[in-house]
Amino acid sequence: MSTYSPKTTGSPGPTEETLDIRDLGFWLYLMTDAIIFSLLFATYVVMFQNTATGPLPIDVFDIKHVFAETMFLLFSSVTFGFASLASVREHKSQAVFWLIVTIVLGLGFISLEVIEFIGMIESGAGPQTSGFLTAFFTLVGTHGAHVSLGMIGIMVMIFQILIKGLTSPVKSRLHRLGMFWHFLDIVWIGIFSIVYMPGWLI
Amino acid sequence: MLGRLGFDSLPFYSAIAFGGASITVLGGLAVFLLVTYFGKWRYFWDEWLTSLDHKRIGIMYIALALVMLVRGFVDALMMRSQQAIALNNDGYLAPEHFDQVFSSHGTIMIFFMAMPFLTGLINIVVPQQLGARDVAFPFMNSISLWLTAAGAALVMVSLVIGKFSTAGWTGYPPYSGAEYSPGVGVDYWIWALLVSGVGSTMTGINFVVTIIKCRAPKMRLMQMPLFTWTTLCTSLLMAFAFPALTVVAAMLGLDRILGFHFFTNDAGGNMMNYANLIWIWGHPEVYILILPAFGVFSEVTATFSQKRLFGYRSLVYATAVITILSFTVWLHHFFTMGSSPNVNAVFGIATMIIAVPTGVKIFDWVFTMYKGRIIFHPAMLFTIGFLITFVLGGVSGVLLAIPPADFLMHNSTFLVAHFHNVLIPGAVFGYFAGFQYWFPKATGFTLDRAWGVRSFWFWIIGFYLAFMPLYALGFMGMSRRMERYEMAEWQPFLILAAVGALSVLIGIFCQGMQLYVSIRDREKNKDITGDPYNARTLEWQTSSPPAEYNFAKVPDVQDIDAFWDMKQRGVAYAPAREYEDIHLPRNTGIGVFLGGLGFLVGFAVTWYIWWLVALGFLGVLACLITRSSQDHTYEIIPAAEIEAHEKARIKALEAHKPTPGDFWS
Repeated sequence: MSTYSPKTTGSPGPTEETLDIRDLGFWLYLMTDAIIFSLLFATYVVMFQNTATGPLPIDVFDIKHVFAETMFLLFSSVTFGFASLASVREHKSQAVFWLIVTIVLGLGFISLEVIEFIGMIESGAGPQTSGFLTAFFTLVGTHGAHVSLGMIGIMVMIFQILIKGLTSPVKSRLHRLGMFWHFLDIVWIGIFSIVYMPGWLI
Repeated sequence: MLGRLGFDSLPFYSAIAFGGASITVLGGLAVFLLVTYFGKWRYFWDEWLTSLDHKRIGIMYIALALVMLVRGFVDALMMRSQQAIALNNDGYLAPEHFDQVFSSHGTIMIFFMAMPFLTGLINIVVPQQLGARDVAFPFMNSISLWLTAAGAALVMVSLVIGKFSTAGWTGYPPYSGAEYSPGVGVDYWIWALLVSGVGSTMTGINFVVTIIKCRAPKMRLMQMPLFTWTTLCTSLLMAFAFPALTVVAAMLGLDRILGFHFFTNDAGGNMMNYANLIWIWGHPEVYILILPAFGVFSEVTATFSQKRLFGYRSLVYATAVITILSFTVWLHHFFTMGSSPNVNAVFGIATMIIAVPTGVKIFDWVFTMYKGRIIFHPAMLFTIGFLITFVLGGVSGVLLAIPPADFLMHNSTFLVAHFHNVLIPGAVFGYFAGFQYWFPKATGFTLDRAWGVRSFWFWIIGFYLAFMPLYALGFMGMSRRMERYEMAEWQPFLILAAVGALSVLIGIFCQGMQLYVSIRDREKNKDITGDPYNARTLEWQTSSPPAEYNFAKVPDVQDIDAFWDMKQRGVAYAPAREYEDIHLPRNTGIGVFLGGLGFLVGFAVTWYIWWLVALGFLGVLACLITRSSQDHTYEIIPAAEIEAHEKARIKALEAHKPTPGDFWS
């Protein structure tokens, strides 16, 4: 608590301290999002046996497909990390390059997820079929919607870097977007271990 | 093109519904015409709607709360009058209409009266108590305000176009599902909650960061005023409880619109999950409402007892304990819904334990008053009224926390009496006390005392008349939410309760008069010093109303009662050696647009106008991208301007020697 300087109170213009304030705010936002996901996880765990007349988890999960999805998303986190490092080192073109790679990997993830969803819905395992599938589609779909928004964010950041350069507000935005992207990775690991793995094993 | 929206959605089917709709439309029209007539649109837009100044945002929140208080209270009057006459007859409200009335009463009072009221007080006061110049995220603050307003607008529109929910303010499925409530009512309810709930989550985040990061440099956590402490705890609760409301409302929406099976009877739905999820938000919500009021009581008691607050530390710890325990008691809202006796026992005991820190607080306030020279300002009257009345409500709560007793009383008017007995003194009286107390700070002139005292007496007498009979009726077996009944012995009690509601009506009228008289005599009641009560905390160091930047120099905090301590040391009004430029956020209309889009999306989903939903979301995205690309969102107030302003203030202060207790003469 001894690190405060009068500037913190005085001038919330874009200074180092206010960027620090924004980080804390973003962390708190991530925690609220984590609560949304944890309640969706809890709902899934409560409901995954409520298959009614619909299929069981083992009938609809294709673990190889999901593994490929997982690889796309995990590697996109790595490449976002590279983009962050490049931005810290002020390498503009490298940062843009790695952000584009991240988008490509993210698109790969989303495409696989959409293919999985469409396949399930066409085979009669849509979210209207049973409590289990309702909970499944809502949890995994909410994550997918977050990833899609994250990709829009990455596109915005690419344009900002190209137009404004790696200014300190741009870098701080990129930093927070990175936190968001890695957070989604962690949520996915939860989905993989709580939704797909037990569904495939049991 | 317009989904399920058609001419039959307009309320021509019932004279009473048509009357309500007409009043809403005419009221809106009157405001619109008045502003146009006086040519004030530009002024409102530039100075208020687009403002990111926390004080103005706070005032707008409270204006919204007062309007919605009247709307919610009209619902209450309708219920009380219906029940007073509906012995063996249908009264004047059809059953479906009565159900809408109690649903909108609860929804409005919680989400659009209490929430904006407390958020408004927090906005006006907390940055000043911290010695800060604004909140951590001024733009997000504006979004929060406009999303809350959008939610309130959705509830108001349901009066005119379509109907409101009949499922009560908690909207339990399966009744609230598509099968049993196919109309638009529940959808209005869901979207009003979703849109305003996002706003509350952001308010929570905003004030946690503000309090952690933006305090005056020397202010330690254990030197923060009690209202700031309770705000910190409330904000944490908002940030961590409101996501649960978002989740559960979205799930119900998915069930209704896309045919999902979260809470349906068939296909593996689980409606108990709804009860759990909504009360995981709902119980902390009770403390979100009540903790800021506890903060107000702490400030008011210390100021008007003219003493330092008794047991500052214990009050802080009690607040923190309540914050944590509030997450551990949600199941007591549905003891009768099939949990095992052991589970019920755990939650019953946890519930009773909350009475302990609350009791500590009551004693702290009483000891603060002990041997104090108490000034019976209307704010203090509301505080004393709270102390006595709230204890009764708390005791009936401990009674309900015993699961076997709850089995007998649940869903009866005893429960209705209990939660009004905690929320009216505990929350509403607190907001009123805060309103009376900080009004001069926000506006620059004091409120009329006589009308304030009158409003207090009508409110508190009305409260007892309206709710004590409901306790008795609960024991006599009356269920809540009955639009007609056959038991002749209930009627005298219900008539008494209706008389109580009328007394509260007079109380509200007195508050209106108080505002009118005070605004009329504002020149006479000017608060020149900025410290009309000889108060103790930092918000009284600023001028009334405060300059846009609150503090020209960052206050030097050395004590819990920082401003009192400065007055003792004779440095409270010392001019700065040299003034610096101050950065303040520049006004922006994007918050207003986001609120408007939130309203549009909610309205469009309710009526299945899908192209408008898509358009709305695109608009939201466009607003966010635009804002996130702006680097220069601050403007600079030059040091010379500040110096001139501050010198003028010091001059005015010297002309008007601040004398303690000045306001009282």
